[in-house]
Parts: sequence; structure tokens; C-alpha cells
Amino acid sequence: MDIQLTINDIPLTVPEGMSILDAARTINIDIPTLCYLNLHEMNMNNHIASCRVCVVEVEGRRNLAPACSTPVFTGMIVKTDTLRAIRARRTMVELLLSDHPKSCLTCAKNLDCDLQALAADLGVRNISYEGEESEYAIDKSSLALIRDPNKCIRCRRCETMCNEVQTVGVFSAVGRGFETVVKTAFDLPQHETSCTFCGQCVAVCPTGALMELDQVDKVWKALHDPTRFVVVQTAPAVRVALGEGFGLEPGTIVTGKMVAALRRLGFDRVFDTDFAADVTIMEEAAELVHRLKHGGRLPILTSCCPAWVKFFEHQFPDLLDIPSTCKSPHQMLGVLTKSYYAQTYGIDPKQITVVSIMPCIAKKYEAARPELGQDPVTPDVDVVITTRELARMIREAGIHFTKLKDEEFDHPLGESTGAAVIFGTTGGVLEAALRTAYELLTGENLEKVEFEALRGMDGIKEAVISISGRDFRVAVTHGLGHARYILEKIQTGEAHYDAIEIMACPGGCIGGGGQPYHHGNIEILKARANAIYQEDRSKPLRKSHENPAVLALYKDFIGEPYGEKARALLHTSYTKRKKI
Amino acid sequence: MCDHASSNDPYPGLDEYIDNLAYKKENLIGILHYAQELFGYLPDKLQWHIAQKLDIPSAKVYGVVSFYSFFTMKPRGKHVINVCMGTACFVRGAEKLQAELEKQLGIKTGQTTSDNLFSLDSLRCIGACGLAPVMMIDGKVYGRLHEPEEIRQILAEYRSEPKLATIGL
Repeated sequence: MDIQLTINDIPLTVPEGMSILDAARTINIDIPTLCYLNLHEMNMNNHIASCRVCVVEVEGRRNLAPACSTPVFTGMIVKTDTLRAIRARRTMVELLLSDHPKSCLTCAKNLDCDLQALAADLGVRNISYEGEESEYAIDKSSLALIRDPNKCIRCRRCETMCNEVQTVGVFSAVGRGFETVVKTAFDLPQHETSCTFCGQCVAVCPTGALMELDQVDKVWKALHDPTRFVVVQTAPAVRVALGEGFGLEPGTIVTGKMVAALRRLGFDRVFDTDFAADVTIMEEAAELVHRLKHGGRLPILTSCCPAWVKFFEHQFPDLLDIPSTCKSPHQMLGVLTKSYYAQTYGIDPKQITVVSIMPCIAKKYEAARPELGQDPVTPDVDVVITTRELARMIREAGIHFTKLKDEEFDHPLGESTGAAVIFGTTGGVLEAALRTAYELLTGENLEKVEFEALRGMDGIKEAVISISGRDFRVAVTHGLGHARYILEKIQTGEAHYDAIEIMACPGGCIGGGGQPYHHGNIEILKARANAIYQEDRSKPLRKSHENPAVLALYKDFIGEPYGEKARALLHTSYTKRKKI
Repeated sequence: MCDHASSNDPYPGLDEYIDNLAYKKENLIGILHYAQELFGYLPDKLQWHIAQKLDIPSAKVYGVVSFYSFFTMKPRGKHVINVCMGTACFVRGAEKLQAELEKQLGIKTGQTTSDNLFSLDSLRCIGACGLAPVMMIDGKVYGRLHEPEEIRQILAEYRSEPKLATIGL
């Protein structure tokens, strides 16, 4: 049912139950918010009305109403711009700032902080309140993220994201009153919890309370060490988001400029994680065929996403035998650089530093997993930095990114197909696998390579694909809550699939915790996904098994996919972990 | 209610209590009350155990325990002393009484003596304003407490009881 009301004397008609905030937006009035965050398609709605920044006047109501959580009613008269409302909002921000570090200039969130932007928008020029300031220890225990509770404004976005969307439940508000702070269970260091390091808490934190572990200095150091041969690789989702760091429209493809910038930064070789994505398809397809032939357990689950891997290790330790044993693509590229490439070009692997540019902060943790290396001093990947960190490096180096001429990745670990680039979005890994599986199993050419049923932002996508007379039941999920739902159905025997793709972040890697901040605008993720599919269409080859450089790798070095050498270099194992 | 407190391992008793509940996750606070009565306090290990049993994140249990002042994560003494900080007691010297207790016990309010005999806390008005200032030891009220010697004698009565056997966790 629709109802009528007025906001700032403008009459409007909106559906019953809508909040004042959303109603105002329909007539282009933006009421400032801070704790509120509604990401409809991710099932995330944080409207705890704790910050009181969105207060407005409602005629007949004594106190001010929080617009985010007050539903409209017939005949409601709302004023968003009265002196009382404006002053109250400014006061709320001043009160928040009175217990917030004033170190904006040196904060990693400087110029990307919602609280800072709000203070600027509301014209806060001095803080009239002096009082107690919280003092908490900064948690630097993890290899992926830093938690600084001193910068926490208790908006609880991280908690909603972790508990409701990801169902990991690492965070809770602890204590009460002024002492309330978002913490881990028993104040454990982040590294000792069930945290998957997906980084979605970082993606929604409005301040610098949750940040990636900054490893830019490690990269600078390697680049300026003449004894190091420094190789860089970039994940597919980076090329469709990096431009945002330089004011380009979301969804702008900047592959060529990114490669050029990386060369200017001084990397000795610029490789593409997409090459290893094609290798992943070869390995996963061979592993699936092996399971089908030898009666192995199905469904096979993808294993490209390190946050998803850590999730099932903690939450489903009884299912450790069903995920594919394939290392994630950047780990494969790392190990291939230090073996195949090093051997071919006569470089000592111990002198090679592999840097991965990832849309993800869990990859930082993954690269440090002890089993992902040839020996303790030769990890597959040495340093991982996020899309955001790369943008900072390019700015620090004074490179005019948008003016750069496009350049190409280096041969041979820079060659890739369209199947590889779609790894960057939800549904892409499975679609890439099906393109290859279809041709390998039927021996026929697959004319239409697009599997539309696996695309888009639905949390769980399913399809039945008929290949050589056998029906393959497949599913795609993104967001760990959806993954949990589907895994529980597998545990109870309610659901049967042959293959499932799982990515921890909503939208897949394009929505990763290391990407430029979306500030609540999910359209940005859709633009990045569209760009990924556009990049796929523009590739002359769109099936992984047609990548000539990958075929050469198998012929000259690896031998058979899922063979002995492949299993030693490109596959891994998983560990049972406790649920905290 | 505390049938199992005398046995060495109180966990089976807690598990049995939880198993018999029709609604488990919904009953977290009730379960915590029962657990605290059984164990005396709610250490991390016990909170983790309850979280596993209910299949909820430990952080959620920790959040609830930390929110309600009734719950304690530190072992409590055999006897809990509560000093009334209500208005009547306050104006008649509750602060002095509190300071004297802290001095004699050698602990601050909120703490427990090293021999686990006494915990010292404060509360608001117990309805014995005519006796202000008052303190309560395990539910027994002592009023008009102005003299340090008087307080020393009361504590001595509790000290002369047989020693407490600690619960093994």
C-alpha cells in the first residue's frame, strides 16, 4: 500500500514501511548517515541507529527521529533541514570525534574515511566536547588485517557483515556503555579466531578501525634491491577496479595501463595470474575426471578462494576431502615462476621475489601458509598487496596513470584466455571449467561459451548441464553464508551436486576486501562484473585448454595434468581447525 | 539446582541441562545463569564450550557475558560482600565503609581475595535504608557500620570457617 507524506514541504507517495531515509532519497534529498548500511543484494542491512547522525524533525514528535530506522506514515510531516536537525547532527559527529584519534593525516584511511567525509560535509570546525578517550591495544596478530579499536565508532557494520552475511561470527560488541567495543571472542588475537580474512569487515568499516596489513614497503624494498629479480602478477579483478583509484568510472578496463605502471615501478617481469587461472582449469578438469573414473567423492568444490578454504577448515572439517586440491591461481603462478620460468631462463629461484596484486586481503594470509612453498625460505609467493595498495604505490611514484599507453604482459606467464579473466567474478570459475570440460568430454567444439545461468548477483545459482549424455548438476555461491547453506544441505544429504564454485566475497573477487571502497554502492560491483565479461569477449581465445603457453608448459615441464609433477607443484592439502 | 557441583567435573551436569532444553540458542542467558551457579564463574573455556554446544559463535557468548554485570569471568570468592551505594547509605558514609573493606581485605571493589574467601562488590539500595550504611554478605545484612573494629569482627567470623575446596576446571 502506498502512503502520502511531505518531506521539506515536498509532497510524495511511497510504499508503506519505507524508512524516512529511503523516502527522502526518492526526491533527491540525501540525509547523512554513518552506521547505516543497506546492501540489498548481499542480505546486509545494518540499521541499528546507534550513531544518530541521520536525525530529522517529525511534526508532532517531541524528540528527533533517526531517519534510517523510522518508517513513514500517512500524513507524516518531515523536516530534514531545520536548524535543530542540522545542529543535532553536527553535535553527534562532534561527540563521535571527541573519542576518536585526531591522527587523520597519518591514518591509512585518510581521504577514504566516511567519518572524515561526514565531518567535512557537516562543517565541523571544532570539537566542543572534551572527555575520556578510549585506549585499546591494536591487533596486528594476523597476516592480513589490522584492527585498531581506538578508531571504532561502534557502528557494528563489521559485526553484521561477519555474523549475518558471512556467518563466521568473529566479532561481537563487548562490554556496555562507554566501554563498549567490537572485539573477538575472549579478546583473542585475530589470528587465533575462526576469521577467514575475507576482508568484508574492512570493506564496510567506515573508519580506519579495520584495515588491510599494509605491505607496500616490502615491495619497495624488493624493487630497490639489485640482488632481487622481482616478478609481479595481477589477479583478474584488479584490472577492472584499479582505475577507480585514479578517478576513472567503475568498470573501466585498465589492463594495459596497469601493466605499463607496473613496469614503471620497476618490476623485472609483469606476469598475469590469468595464466595460472587457465592452468587451474586444466588441473581441476583432470581432478574431476580422476574422481569420476575412480569413484571419488562429489561434488568437487573450487579452491581458488583462500577465505573460503579457511572457512571450510574451521566450519566443515568433516568435508576436507571434497574441495579440489588445486592451489589458488596466484600460488600456482608463484611456484611456476620459481620452477618452470627460473629453470627456462637460468635464474636462481632463491633470488626471485614474487609479488601478487590481489583484490583480496586473505591472499596475504594464504601466501604465508607454510605448506604453500617449496621449502621454508622459498614460498610460492613472497608478498601480496591489494588493489588499493597498488593504487597508492602508483600515486607515490608520481605516475600519471590515466595518461599511460597500454602495454602487454610478459611472455610466457602473461598469456591467458577469456576463461581465465572471468575467474574474477562469481560464476566465472565454473563457467571456465565447463567450457573446457565440455570439449574434453565430448570432443566437440563448444559454440556458445557463455553460461548465462551462472552469471549475475543471485546468492545461489544452479544449473543442470548435459555433457555426453550425462547431466552435470552444478551450483555457484558467493558470500560465505550462502556457502554454509549449501554445504549443510550436502552434509544432510538433501542436495546433490557434481561441482560447486564458492567465493567468499559477495560478487566474487570483484567485490574483494582489497578492492577500492564501494562506500555502499553495489552498482560499482556490477560495473566491474560487466567489465570482466567484456574483457572475456575481447579475447581471441576463450577456453583455457587452447592457451598455447599453457599447452607448452605441460609439454615441456609439467607433463600430464594432475600427474605426479602437477600434484607436487600445483596441489595442496587442508588442515582441520577449531571453531572459535 | 546444583546437584553436580560436588562432583569433580561439572561439565556433564551442564550438558545434561542444555540437552533437556526445548529451545537452546534462545536460552543463552538462562544457560549462562545455570553455568555460573554450577562453576562459580564463566571462564573462557566454559563460554567456548557453551558456544560449541549451542552451535553459535563464541564471540556472541562473550558479548552477552560482558554486557551483564551479573556475569563474572573471574572466580568469585566463597563469600560475596556487597556494599550498598544507594542514596541513604551513600550520605551516611558508604564510601568510607567501602574504603575500610578494601583496606581490610587488601583488594579493590570488583576483586577477589587471593585465598578465594571474599569478593567485594557494590550494589544499589537493598531497602534497608534505616540501617544505613549497610553491607550484605551472601544475602545477610549488616547495618550501621561505622567502626573499623566492628567490620573486622564480622569478617573474622567468616574467616574462622573451614577452608573452601576449589573447583577443578
